[in-house]
Amino acid sequence: MTAQAVLDRPRIIAAPAAVDLPDTFPRRLIQNADRFGDRVAFREKEYGIWRQITWKQYLAHARACALGLHALGLRRGDVIMIIGDNRPEQFYLAMGSQTVGAISCGMYQDSLAEQLAELITFAGTRFIFCEDQEQADKILDMEERLSTVERIIVEDWRGMWQYRHPKLISFADLEALGRQTDGREPGLFADLVAEGRPDDVAILCQTSGTTAMPKLAMLSHRNMLSQGENFHVVEPHIGPGDEFVSYLPFAWIGEQMFSFTLHQSFGFTVNFPEAPETAQRDFREIGPHFTFAPARIYEGLHSAVTVRVLDAGPLRRRLYDRAMRVGMEAVELEAEGKPVPAWLRLRRFIYYWAVYRPILDKIGLVRMRVAWNGGASLGPDYHKFFRAMGLNLKQIYGQTEIAGISCVHRDGQVRFWTMGAPIAGTEVDISRDGEIIERSPSVFLGYHRNADATAKSLRDGWLYSGDYGTLDPTGDVILFDRVGDMIRMADGTSAAPRVIEDMLKFTPYIQEACVIGDGRPFLATILNIDLRTVGKWAEDRGISYTSYTHLSQKPEVLDLLRALVLETNGRLKPEWKIKRFVSLYKEFHPDDDELTRTRKLRRGHINERYRGLIEAVFDGADHFEATVTIRYEDGRTAEMHPVMHILDVTG
Amino acid sequence: MTVLQPGGGRKRATPGRIVIRVERSLPLIDAVLTVERLVLRFAGITAIDGFSCTLRTGELLGIIGPNGAGKTSVLNCINGFYHPQEGRILFAGRDITRLPPHARARLGIARAFQNIALYPGMTVLNNIMSGRIIHMRCGVLAGGIYWGRAEREVLSHRARVEEIIDFLEMEEYRNHRVGDLPYGVQKKVELGRALAMEPRLLLLDEPMAGMSADEKTDMARFVLELREVRGLPMILIEHDMSVVMDLCDRLVAMDYGKKIAEGPPGEIQRDAGVIKAYLGEEHTA
Repeated sequence: MTAQAVLDRPRIIAAPAAVDLPDTFPRRLIQNADRFGDRVAFREKEYGIWRQITWKQYLAHARACALGLHALGLRRGDVIMIIGDNRPEQFYLAMGSQTVGAISCGMYQDSLAEQLAELITFAGTRFIFCEDQEQADKILDMEERLSTVERIIVEDWRGMWQYRHPKLISFADLEALGRQTDGREPGLFADLVAEGRPDDVAILCQTSGTTAMPKLAMLSHRNMLSQGENFHVVEPHIGPGDEFVSYLPFAWIGEQMFSFTLHQSFGFTVNFPEAPETAQRDFREIGPHFTFAPARIYEGLHSAVTVRVLDAGPLRRRLYDRAMRVGMEAVELEAEGKPVPAWLRLRRFIYYWAVYRPILDKIGLVRMRVAWNGGASLGPDYHKFFRAMGLNLKQIYGQTEIAGISCVHRDGQVRFWTMGAPIAGTEVDISRDGEIIERSPSVFLGYHRNADATAKSLRDGWLYSGDYGTLDPTGDVILFDRVGDMIRMADGTSAAPRVIEDMLKFTPYIQEACVIGDGRPFLATILNIDLRTVGKWAEDRGISYTSYTHLSQKPEVLDLLRALVLETNGRLKPEWKIKRFVSLYKEFHPDDDELTRTRKLRRGHINERYRGLIEAVFDGADHFEATVTIRYEDGRTAEMHPVMHILDVTG
Repeated sequence: MTVLQPGGGRKRATPGRIVIRVERSLPLIDAVLTVERLVLRFAGITAIDGFSCTLRTGELLGIIGPNGAGKTSVLNCINGFYHPQEGRILFAGRDITRLPPHARARLGIARAFQNIALYPGMTVLNNIMSGRIIHMRCGVLAGGIYWGRAEREVLSHRARVEEIIDFLEMEEYRNHRVGDLPYGVQKKVELGRALAMEPRLLLLDEPMAGMSADEKTDMARFVLELREVRGLPMILIEHDMSVVMDLCDRLVAMDYGKKIAEGPPGEIQRDAGVIKAYLGEEHTA
């Protein structure tokens, strides 16, 4: 598309005309069972074999679940929490609960018991679905505090042979109960489905809450389904015959959008890996046609590729370096909308078959038509890396509150510094304060039991995103950072920490970076080394270490980090240069509230937790001794005093 | 690389698996295995000296004792590696004292070895499959042509092996070479192969030795599940006392080839003879 054509693009793309599509999830499933019948809806790997579940079977299970839940007393407006690794059963259950008019809510399966208890009680949860003993134990351990919970449904009963809790019921029993009910009252299912309305709340979805306790966004059937159709207008290639792999948490809006909503609307096949540990291999076996993943997945893939290349022989390494240079050159020209010379195109073509394609095949991306990045944005360096290899990597922008997607890169116009342009039926604007605001049929109904937060985000039909950004002349959204995350230095200069962090993290040795300097004279950063790559780097050089803490403070490692920061500084404007850094003795972790479950930094908590360290950084100290209290599971505590060196970066 | 790994969590089993509960309140009288006055000598050294014990249906019996007490020798006599000079071994009412090891394996005595005895060059899958050999009926020729009955047979064995892989939560290692795997995982494969024989008696020789705390917990969970859900009788040799005390229904303590005590774990823990054997008051080495 030429620059003029881009400028002429309409501000709002019309939403597709409603063509008699069923307006609630259960009604759509019934239609799908009719229209797709024996086509494969789900594929699940079990006992080493991919097993197929057809659309008809999907409906039969959802029907049994709905009637079982109804028999157990689940009613309109009740909340049912779902926790565990992704399985078809979660989808049956979510669909079943929505059929009786209840609201399904996914929870992150790696959440601590404490975090779960708070959410469960806050939401007024009546039923909980646990995938297996591990999750059931978490719930049963704190059961007396969960006064609202009436039933705990467990899918995989393994290991629970002596459990006799009155609230427990197995998933198999639930379905059996449902089938019995069906036999007694054959018309009940149809009645329940008929009662559903498109503006009923279908799901509650945890927002990632980088700043405070997670909030639960209420999304209606209409919110979700319109989203799917509006997205399809700009990505019309999704359809039956496509393969998708569901391996990201069910609680994440991205998974709700793809595996639940788009799946219902466009009928592709959703595949479930055998176990979290085999996800990578299973992903490769399926070779999906598209994927939607948060930035950390791409960051992980990038470092996996880099590590393998570091391991390869010198010849292959040289070939790889050349191939990547050629790819990068072409990608940069494309991004700026300039023509790619024929000679470069030819070399790129050769390298595609010799280098890129074999690498893509190893990581399961060889069939992929498009890979979307969502959640936290991905640094431009990563975009260039994957696009150079020929992967069509695009950014999706959106919040949980707008059902996940409001903007996406358009093919042929992927400029990595933007977030893409609004999808159909969606308006994006910038408020007077510079905040990104959005309006579409997918804007949520509000936060569950939190009117204050709702009033803050929803004003005059617009969703206030909390992101600070702008629109570029073509209408693409440019995101600077979270409004609250922008750093204002002592002299009034403002800096977007995310931009700097993305550049730091692109090196394979830095796992996580947190730039600090709000109200200070200069910028500094707290770094997490990547244990795998730095460990290997140390091994290759004969540097011995015992633990993460030990490795993180090795003088050689600190020198390596200094060189990396220095290199990054070379690409930053002078006032954004990092003056000092510290290598943290541990990795940031969601259990310590330092990251959200989708692995975004929680700056408030980090600033609070490492206040002493941060003071030392800006006081000019050359080291800092932290006091860390470790609490073991049996209640004992121990104290540790790791010493961290604080280094200056000059030059 | 665990890039695509959203979080922790164990693998689940099949949906709606039927769990058979073994009624443990039944009187445990019928003996699966009876060892009577066993004596084993090696060139003048008496390794086992008049040892007797009984294993009941569905029971988990622990054998404890200091190094060299003769625990492993007892297992070797039970599965036929050693032939005792005196005494008898009855398995399911039948005298097996003179039977060779493979005949005892066919009767349903399986063993997981202390020092791993797997095929390091083969995959986990094939190692466990090797435990199925005693159940294979088709010959080499039929297997090579792989058609009809032979194909059906291999598929049914593979299905059994997959159930074991699922049970031991080893999906991620299915196609790994055993020699490349960490020690703790190899121990699980060792157990997996023993289970593939569909044993009626399982001998576990230090299944948790050299394992990390997490791996031990997992292994203890598997052993418990075997006892509770499948009612499989087992003899366990283990040095980790907390494991033995927690898991076993009954313990036999040995020293110098002799049984020095027998009873429930709590009793054995307080037994003066056992304490003496462990603290080695009068013994050197």
